[in-house]
Amino acid sequence: MIAKPLSTPAFPAGPVPSPARDLEPAKLGILLFIAIEIMFFAGLISAFLVFRLGPAQWPPAGQPRLPLEVTAVNTLVLLLSGFSVQWSWKSLRAGKTTAFLRGLGLTFLLGAAFLAVQGGEWIRMLHFGLTAQSNIFGGFFYALVGLHGLHATGGLLALLWVGRKALKGGYNAGNSLGVDLCRTYWFFVVGLWPLLFVLVYG
Amino acid sequence: MEQGHSQGFWSKYVFSTDHKMIGKQFLLLSIAMALFGGYTAYLIRWEVAYPNTPAPFFGLVTPDKYNSIITLHGTIMLFFVGMPLLAAFPSNFLIPLMVGARDMAFPRLNMASFWLTFSGALLLAASLFVPGGPAAGGWTGYAPLSASSDFTGVKWGVVLWLLSLALAFISSSLGGLNYLVTVVTHRAQGMTYDRLPMTVWMLLASAVTFFLAVGPLIAAVFMLLMDNLLQTGFFLPAKGGEPMLWEHLFWFFGHPEVYVLFFPTLGMSLDILAVFTRKPVFGYKLILGSTGVAVALSFVVWAHHMFQSGLNPALATPFSITTIVISVPFALIIFSMYAMLRHSAMRLEMPLLWVLGFLATFLIGGLTGIFLGSAAADIYLHGTYFVVAHFHYTLFPSVFFGGFAAVYYWFPKMFGRKLNETLGRIHIALTFLCFNATFWPLFRVGVGGMVRRIADPSFYPQYQVFAGWNIFASIAAFSLIATQSLFLWNFVLSALHGPKADANPYRANTLEWSAASPPPHGNWGEKLPVVTCGPYEYSKPGEAEDWKPQAQKA
Repeated sequence: MIAKPLSTPAFPAGPVPSPARDLEPAKLGILLFIAIEIMFFAGLISAFLVFRLGPAQWPPAGQPRLPLEVTAVNTLVLLLSGFSVQWSWKSLRAGKTTAFLRGLGLTFLLGAAFLAVQGGEWIRMLHFGLTAQSNIFGGFFYALVGLHGLHATGGLLALLWVGRKALKGGYNAGNSLGVDLCRTYWFFVVGLWPLLFVLVYG
Repeated sequence: MEQGHSQGFWSKYVFSTDHKMIGKQFLLLSIAMALFGGYTAYLIRWEVAYPNTPAPFFGLVTPDKYNSIITLHGTIMLFFVGMPLLAAFPSNFLIPLMVGARDMAFPRLNMASFWLTFSGALLLAASLFVPGGPAAGGWTGYAPLSASSDFTGVKWGVVLWLLSLALAFISSSLGGLNYLVTVVTHRAQGMTYDRLPMTVWMLLASAVTFFLAVGPLIAAVFMLLMDNLLQTGFFLPAKGGEPMLWEHLFWFFGHPEVYVLFFPTLGMSLDILAVFTRKPVFGYKLILGSTGVAVALSFVVWAHHMFQSGLNPALATPFSITTIVISVPFALIIFSMYAMLRHSAMRLEMPLLWVLGFLATFLIGGLTGIFLGSAAADIYLHGTYFVVAHFHYTLFPSVFFGGFAAVYYWFPKMFGRKLNETLGRIHIALTFLCFNATFWPLFRVGVGGMVRRIADPSFYPQYQVFAGWNIFASIAAFSLIATQSLFLWNFVLSALHGPKADANPYRANTLEWSAASPPPHGNWGEKLPVVTCGPYEYSKPGEAEDWKPQAQKA
């Protein structure tokens, strides 16, 4: 049986096993997508490092101090959401539906809390007069934090989508691909952040 | 979307998820954009040959218009002709057929990939009509020219240019992801990795190279958009930014991109050579190894584009070395191709003629690259027409000789009909002659010191000695463009009314020739093919036939 021939019954399923039938095409797809994303952020981060490690003073004098403590706590919140999505996934695979749903909901709440605090800090920084236009420091702060926030928003939307289907009983131990994809992508969102935090705030 | 055998017009021809139709859509898009790109080439060559004389079908090419035209020419030819013609068209049309699948792993993503490129092309065309006109910072969009409208007077044109690039990049990334997943998970029974045809391997190398390289450029495009729209200063020295950063990020992508457009031609040429020389591919594993080395090295050569841009001289030497070293794996591949020609009973059919034309001309492009790889020589040559001649001698053979080889070779499979032989052979001969007549003189002009990117050479008295060469090159270029009407005529007429072709007119082994011509929706009818041997069992000693198809009827 081919892993996923076409989404329609128009063709009779081939009698022939695919050589890589254990590998779900969508799983490989999301991993490759994350590879592109990693290269995207690698480009952005190396551009940032050109200035961060350059001869000029960093951050430039007279800039508002970035909210280190609040963001450190917020980083822990996001890391927790990484554990909760894994717990949720393990529960689904073990057939524990309630724990699965709780884990998914908890992940969403933690992710949303992270995003809300980040947004709040953004607005506070704008009030302190740090804008994207003011200098390269400001430009990178909003670009890096903003792009990560955009990816986190994408992850939250995916969690909502999966959550809606989960509430209707759409997943079980044998049929869990959507949750797995969502979890894999969320790992990327969670894993990227500590690096950005250390580089931008540290 | 319904995918039964009876499809409506829209779902069959426009919003199709069938890989073969998407492949043809990419082919048609690249042909349409090549006409646009050819028109810009005509204007460029007109202005260089006949400065300050209004060009027929356009008017006077003023210096600011000239800047926009060279920007459009490069962008169109690389991203809206090269990428669709060499990466998207063969990958879509051939990969599922060659690995024995019914379609791509993600048919809808595939459809989205076409419409993203299509929208990118539309945005680029729209930039002709915004205030300020299209982007004028060159196809490489060097900052600060592209980062602020103070320099070229173009604002919205740059924004549209950046958005159109972003769409094309996202499209090609999603396409590449799809090709990779398809090959890994959708191969037919018996289609092990060492039985994949070279075309598939090289399309994969192209896809991997593309999507490892493109991320940083998407990031740079995003930053340049911020510079243009939000007045940040990432690339503007006046705001503390760093213009060289754009060049690094651009060429980190830009150089591998050259190989993205080269690998597919290598793969398809190897398959065509095997069929028409009736010999196995020489050094299958050697070629794969070389390709792997070339992919890896392609990520550490980019700064050879920047020897003249104020790159730290300490960095120039390592980049010179990597640049010269990367010619080794490519030389191994090209020499494997020559080895296939030796002592072979060549059938000089049209696809093989294209491949021979590619081998002859690309060699010149490759060899002149060695001069440019050396930082010392490059400082003198980089700003001149020598570079123009060099990269046209690499990209034209790769994109057009390779692209035409593919279209001519797989034409019977795509349309179930044959191309007209007479028109085709005249097209090949004239294209080969006119191409060389266009770009060979530019080596001479470049070594003589004539600087590229200038609109009006008559302004510089020292370039007057090249006026004759420039007029010669321009007339050859106009003939090269006019010659392509033979192809268009042949393509359209043969696709509609050409003589019917058999399913396997060349007695080729690879899997796509086991399907009907053109293959039906789903490719294989009831039963998927089963693969029993490698793709190059040609002229095997002791066998009655000189070929052995990969597919055995299950």
